[in-house]
Amino acid sequence: MEMNTKIVSSAGNLIEFRDVAFHINDILARMIVSGISLEIPQGETLVLLGRSGSGKTTLLKLINGLLLPSKGEVLVQDRPTADWDPIRLRRGIGYVIQEAGLFPHFTVAENVALVPTLENWDAPRTAARVQEMLHLVGLDPREFARRRPRELSGGQRQRVGVARALAADPPILLMDEPFGALDPVTRAELQREFCALARRLGKTIVFVTHDLREAMLLASRIVLLQAGRIVASATPGEFLRLDHPEVRAFTSSLSVSPGLPA
Amino acid sequence: MSPWTFILEHRGEILSATLDHVTLVVIAMMIAILIGVPLGMLIVQRPTLRTIALGLASIFQTIPSLALFGFLIPIPFIGGIGKRTAIVALVLYALLPILRNTFVGLTGIDPAVLESAEAMGMTRSQILFRVRFPLALAVILAGIRTATIITIGVATIAAAIGAGGLGGFIFRGVALVSDALILAGAIPAALLALFADFLLGLLERRLRIS
Repeated sequence: MEMNTKIVSSAGNLIEFRDVAFHINDILARMIVSGISLEIPQGETLVLLGRSGSGKTTLLKLINGLLLPSKGEVLVQDRPTADWDPIRLRRGIGYVIQEAGLFPHFTVAENVALVPTLENWDAPRTAARVQEMLHLVGLDPREFARRRPRELSGGQRQRVGVARALAADPPILLMDEPFGALDPVTRAELQREFCALARRLGKTIVFVTHDLREAMLLASRIVLLQAGRIVASATPGEFLRLDHPEVRAFTSSLSVSPGLPA
Repeated sequence: MSPWTFILEHRGEILSATLDHVTLVVIAMMIAILIGVPLGMLIVQRPTLRTIALGLASIFQTIPSLALFGFLIPIPFIGGIGKRTAIVALVLYALLPILRNTFVGLTGIDPAVLESAEAMGMTRSQILFRVRFPLALAVILAGIRTATIITIGVATIAAAIGAGGLGGFIFRGVALVSDALILAGAIPAALLALFADFLLGLLERRLRIS
């Protein structure tokens, strides 16, 4: 695995934010996030929780170099993202977004094979990996491998998105509200399966959501963002007991849902 | 003499003029595609060049065709009387739809697809050739189709500068006030346009995704 030999697990943090700020370079220089310091050790499932516009997605894009910090630095494997070759950095980081972003002109198999193909894996190895990945996300290759994304349901597309992100076995997985556009039943199904999958694979996962229940289910740690700043960081168990207005805003959104124990 | 008997009697002459016409259109279209598609790809990343290229192509499009042929005659190398000048003018006309559709096709792609392509570690040229271009192909082809129809029409006017083709019948017909002559040029030209539209439309539908 060429990618894994390069990304050797250090004893320290796989990802680290050191006093990071990001602002858009226009006349107003609007701050999107600021004062972010965050350490993400190997194997953690970190959930970035926050309202829309709180800067969650920006933090995610700072990790894979789609954005570079305006101030401070983001380290991936102890190396600032600004020093990484962006192509190499991104091929070692899986990325799943809400609309899946599958290539409509590729079959399911070709979509999943994307990064292995870019990494010049030989055909038999790629094919075997595609089979393995489709099984992993609960899609029968015989039924789905040759389909196009438009012939899939929303839930199936997200499954393919996860398979594609995992195909080259990256140590880091970034997920931006991957289950946000799904119906509640499919979402719960995928959350449960994904939770089990994440534990089994031992990946370091950074997961963005505005759904506290999803955060509680998946996270080993929840980081709460408000207006571009971190306002709380806790395990799911501790999180509910925190005394911060934004935490209470989120926990009260849980308790008003009918049918849920207070 | 009815137009139909005229057309039947002169079918050999009409056929060779039609072939001339097709040759003119095919050569002009090939050159226009070879310029328009790469240029359209180039202007995706270059806003200044984009403004200039689309602006110039739009200007050519607004010049009346007869005037454009006239303008080109005194220009050395590309001008003069005959086929070469006609082809230059036809290329200039065909350029805008090809250039614009190439640009629109390449830029009008689902942002989620482009974002994940970039996040997966595809290089800029991999994104262009493996994602943008295949997804834009149907739109580019629609531009080529429009350009072909325009070129078939404008090519009839090329006869005015001695380029041959079906326009010869039309100009003679106008001069002699002969419906039969005009129709002998106009009907094959219209049929050619319909045929090209149909064929390219078929190809376009096969390429369209989702």
